[in-house]
Parts: sequence; structure tokens; C-alpha cells
Amino acid sequence: MEKPENIYFFGTCLIDLLYPKAGLAGMQLLQREGINVIYPQNQTCCGQPAFNSGYRDEALDVALNLLQCFPKDIPLVVPSGSCAGMIKHHWPELFKNHPEENAVKRLSAQTYELTQFLTDVLDIKLEDLGQPVKVAIHTSCAARREMQAADAIEKLVDQLKQVEKQQQHNKEECCGFGGTFAIKQADISGAMVEDKTRYLKDTGADLVISQDCGCLMNIGGALEKQGTSPATKHIAEFLWERTNATD
Amino acid sequence: MPQTEAFVQRIDKALANHQARQNLRATMDRLKLKRLQQFPDKRQLDDLRHQAKSIRQKTLDHLPELLEQLEEKLTQNGIQVHWAETAEQANSIVHDILSKADAKTVVKGKSMVSEEIDMNAYLEQQGIEVIESDLGEFIIQLAHEPPSHIIMPAIHKNARDVAKLFHQHFPELAYTEDVDELTLSARKILRNKFASADAGISGVNFAVAETGTLCLVENEGNGRLSTTVPDLHIAITGIEKVIEKLEDLPPLLNILPKTATGQTITTYVNMISGPRKDNEKDGPREVHLVLLDNTRSDIHSSDEFIDTLRCIRCGSCINHCPVYVQVGGHAYGSTYPGPIGTVLEPQRIGLKQMGDLTSACSLCGACAEACPVQIPLPSLINRLRAESNNQQFGNSRTSGKGSLRNRSEAMTWKLWSFTHARPWLYAIFGWTASRLRFLAPSKLGGWTKYRTAPKPAPQTLHELARQQGFDNE
Repeated sequence: MEKPENIYFFGTCLIDLLYPKAGLAGMQLLQREGINVIYPQNQTCCGQPAFNSGYRDEALDVALNLLQCFPKDIPLVVPSGSCAGMIKHHWPELFKNHPEENAVKRLSAQTYELTQFLTDVLDIKLEDLGQPVKVAIHTSCAARREMQAADAIEKLVDQLKQVEKQQQHNKEECCGFGGTFAIKQADISGAMVEDKTRYLKDTGADLVISQDCGCLMNIGGALEKQGTSPATKHIAEFLWERTNATD
Repeated sequence: MPQTEAFVQRIDKALANHQARQNLRATMDRLKLKRLQQFPDKRQLDDLRHQAKSIRQKTLDHLPELLEQLEEKLTQNGIQVHWAETAEQANSIVHDILSKADAKTVVKGKSMVSEEIDMNAYLEQQGIEVIESDLGEFIIQLAHEPPSHIIMPAIHKNARDVAKLFHQHFPELAYTEDVDELTLSARKILRNKFASADAGISGVNFAVAETGTLCLVENEGNGRLSTTVPDLHIAITGIEKVIEKLEDLPPLLNILPKTATGQTITTYVNMISGPRKDNEKDGPREVHLVLLDNTRSDIHSSDEFIDTLRCIRCGSCINHCPVYVQVGGHAYGSTYPGPIGTVLEPQRIGLKQMGDLTSACSLCGACAEACPVQIPLPSLINRLRAESNNQQFGNSRTSGKGSLRNRSEAMTWKLWSFTHARPWLYAIFGWTASRLRFLAPSKLGGWTKYRTAPKPAPQTLHELARQQGFDNE
């Protein structure tokens, strides 16, 4: 795909309320590349929480509102593997036989997870202005398996000269978030995040970065409860902080 | 006890057993690594998976014709074919065959279908002695436990557990925790049983319609002994295990052991093509195949769930499941555990009894990625969740649709949907949450048992985007 003039940005509901700096950083990165970023103010959520809980009618109403935010035939960039995956792979199923089915197909065909868009479409070049730091990358299950974006985040971090990557054991294993799974099966989810945080701590990394705030809320919340490092940060915020000279 | 409560109790019990969890973690990590070593080239692996999927899909596209052809060829080969619609019918067919042959003792090779229909208990009630000859099955039979994994039934037991069990059942043997010695003891005990058994019962991995051949893979030689030493051999399998041609077999035999145990090939590959012929010196004098439906036709009739039947029972989805590795197989309380069990059991038994299994899944997709026949397990689990709380959902024949609908949960989602489908209402909610962030609860049920509570930011992204002048069109 050629570099587009305009893109839509879907900030996701989790980022909107809990991690807005990650969303803003994502938009700033795109804007710095000379792209006009459109953030429709009517956006709320992609419907994923209800869809994954088996409430598809409820998910559809919410998804329909979001679909109506993106009428133009331009790419949609999402700073989350799981929300991008919902729109790209599950909306076509959710909207099957719905009047908007074709509009959904058009949108899902040009929906990108942020790191994927930065590498594959923009071929972004980054200059690291930050201090030396050791990071562990946690790629969310949806970014890895639905969006195939595991390589994208690695490539971006590889461009940063002062950043040393650490590899955690069972890197590709789920952190235990899974949306309402973490509430419905709290103890299994708790056991999973215990393993995940142990593997991350074992690397000695200063920071865990990820494309998904769901994982960061889970992993970061568990580390905070345990009272230990590493800290956690969304990839967009991490990249913006390390490459922006004026902030 | 309601299923939810029983499920939670089994999970609690499993999570409290730290030693078992550590053992299971070590084993699953090793199995995942061994599988990966068998497939150094991801593209080749994807090609193989695609090929295996196509072969299995071909079976499902022509299932009735292939079953007819299979029956015809098996009959020509001298193998007697029996059709069982239900578990009860299958058990009674097997019992009738054994009775006619006056068989009193049976050695069994490993068969998940026989677990599915609880065959051992049925036959034992009829006064027949049944001995499991697969080492793992032998162990759990002694312990009176169901399998906890479909290809490694005793994976939840360590050497010490087995040592104690053997000591209790065979006090004449010296106590040892040495795995090789324990295996040797089992081997000696089982050799005598093979020699004296009246009949052998086995499962089937693939039944070839073109040639009427039953293919059975195994590592211990117990499958071969069970199917060749006694005068009578009864094989039992699900109707979906048929494949069209003999040439379909090598690709499946290529991927099955690699993906299951990380082996290039199993130690034994048995191709059973009929009873002993007049000029042959060994082999059973009678061979039977029982073909079991047990809701498979219902699953086959559903466009949405038919993919379930592609399964070749390798257990790879289980080995890769981050939930299974925490709780083990018994927590599921079903014959088939892990992702494939979560998809199969609610369809086989009904959502009312088994639908809760779908809650024990983070939809991470590791299972689908590991599946050699590309079954979209997370999508099917998600679909079953929709069926379990919506009576009207989909066209499948799954029983108990809507039976797990919880009124307060449904109301919560209605409210959530109402708010999130109305931008103005959502904006009020977001603004209020960020302004009243100091009131955010610090305890959130099970979430804060393991984590701190998330706190709303001082301003929403909607506000930041407006302030920074991002286009709103």
C-alpha cells in the first residue's frame, strides 16, 4: 500500500479512559510522518467485550456506531492488536447478512494495527534520543495471531540504538487477560499472569512494552500488586518519548 | 450441584496443587519445544497443515459415501462392521460380540472413544475383566481415574504417584520410584495378560475407505499385541475417522506424531486389513469394527461446527493451551479436556451440562495455531458462548441453547451496549469517570486479588485529541 494522505484513528475504549497518552502518542507518530490523522469524536468501542462474552446483538449495536464513524474509503489505524483484530477478522462474521456487510468488508480490508502500519506501510525511520534501557516485548495474542504483527514491534524496537531487548520464557503465551475471562475465571487468569510476570521479572528488563493496553493493564497491575519492576508502557508512548526532540 | 459451582471447585482444587502444576508446566513446555523442533520451517508446516486439513475436509464433504465404501471394503476383507448411534448401543454391540465368543477377559489398547462411552465400566458390570494395556491407561485404571489428556492419559501422575500405586496393587513387587523399573514391572504384568486374554479391543486413528484398512499408531507395542494376539479383535471408532484413499494416509501420519509428541514417527504403525487367513500363522480369527455416531451426525449437519470433526486427536491444542497447563485435564470434568474438549463436549453432551467449559478460555488462539488440521477452535468456543446464552442463536443442533443465560449478566451487557452505542452518553460517562477518578474502586472482585485496580486518566483521549486539534471529520 502507498502512503495515504488521510487515515482514521480508532483510539479504543480502554485507551480512551485509562491510557489516553498512548493513543495521543500514536496519533503524533503518524502526524509526524506527514499524515492527516482523523479522530472521529463519535467513536466509542469496537464491541469486542460483548462479542467475546457471547452477546452478539449487544456487540453489533456498538460496532455499528463505530462503523458509522469511518465513512471514507481510507485506512483505519488502531493502537491495539485485539481491537484491530476484532474489526479486521470478527466484524465480517458479526455483520454477516447485515445491510452494512459490504461497508464492513471494505473497512476490514484496510484496518491496521499501529506498529504494522508504521513498519509495513510507512517504513518509518526512528532515531533513538533516549537513555539506555532494557525492555521485554510482550506481543498480545491478537497482535501475534490475528494481526500477524509480532515482527512489526520487534522491527521498530530494533531501530532504537540504546534499547536492549530481553527475551522472556514462553514469550508467545497468553498473559491471562482475555477480557471478561479475567473476571469470569479470575483464579485461572491470576495463575496465568503470575507465570507471565515471573518470566518477565526473570529477564531483568526495566520495562515491558506491548501493542495492547489490555495486556499492560493485566501485567502492569499484577507487577504493581507484587510491588516489583519492570514498569509497563504502550509501544506508541515508548516510541514517541524516545524519538521526539521537542517534548 | 450446579455445573458452574462444580467447575469452580475442580479448578480451585487443581490450582492449589502446585507440585502437579509445576510437573505439567515442565512437560507441556517440553512437548511444545519438541514439536517446534520437528517443524523448523514455518512455511513448510503451514503447507503440511493445509494439506492435512484438505484431506480431513474431503472426508467430511463425502462422509456418507465414504462410510458406505468403508463398510463394503471392510466386509470384503472379512472385517465385520457394526453401526452404533449411541454410547449404549456401542457398548451393547461390543458386549454381544464378546458374549458370542464366550470372551471373559479383554486387553485394551488406548481408545478415547471407549472412554467417551465409558466402555470399561459397562463391560465390568457384565462380568468381563478389562485390562488397559497402554502404560498410561494401565496406571489410571489402577487409580480408578479418567484420563487427564487424550494422548497422555496419566500425565498428571509423577513417578512417585505411580510407585505408590504399583506398591498398593502389586505388593509382591519391590517398591521403587525408578521409571524404567516401574515400566518393566508393568510390562511383565501385561505380557501375561496379552497371552491369556480372550479378546483385544482397540481404537482406530484412520479407517481407509478405498482399501478397508484400519490404521492404528502407538509407541508401546501394546496396540499391536491387543490387535493380533487374542483370537478376537474389536476396533471401535467415531464415524469421522474415515479417510478416502490410502494415499491420504502418509501426509496425516507425517503430521500426527510430530505435532502430538514431537516424534518423527510413532514406534508402531499398525495397518489392520482383516482377520487371519488360512495360510497365516497368527492374527485374530475374528475382527470387528464398531462405528460410533454419538452426536457426530448432528455436528456434521452444522455449517458452523462441522470443522470440529476434522480433529485427528493429536492433543496439540491441549499441549499449547495456557489454561490447561494451569489446571490440568481433570478440572474440565469431561472426557476430552482442553480446547478440543471445550468445543466438542458442549456439542456432544449439551450446553446445559458442558457449556461452562467455554468460560475457561482467554481466546488466545494458541490452540488454533498448533492444530494440524486448522480447526478454528477459538471461533467455535466464542460461538458456543453465544449459543449458551441465546436460544435463537445460529442453525446448529447443539442442545441446551440459551440454558446458561444469566439475567443480571444479560442486563449488564444491555446497559453496556446502550451506553457505548450512543456517543453522547458515552462522552458523559467518560468525562464523569475521569473527573471522579479518585472515587474509582480499589477492589474489583477477582481482578484485584492478583492486580491493582486500573484508574481512569485525568482526561480522556477524546479530550486530548480535541485539544491537540486532531481532525474530527
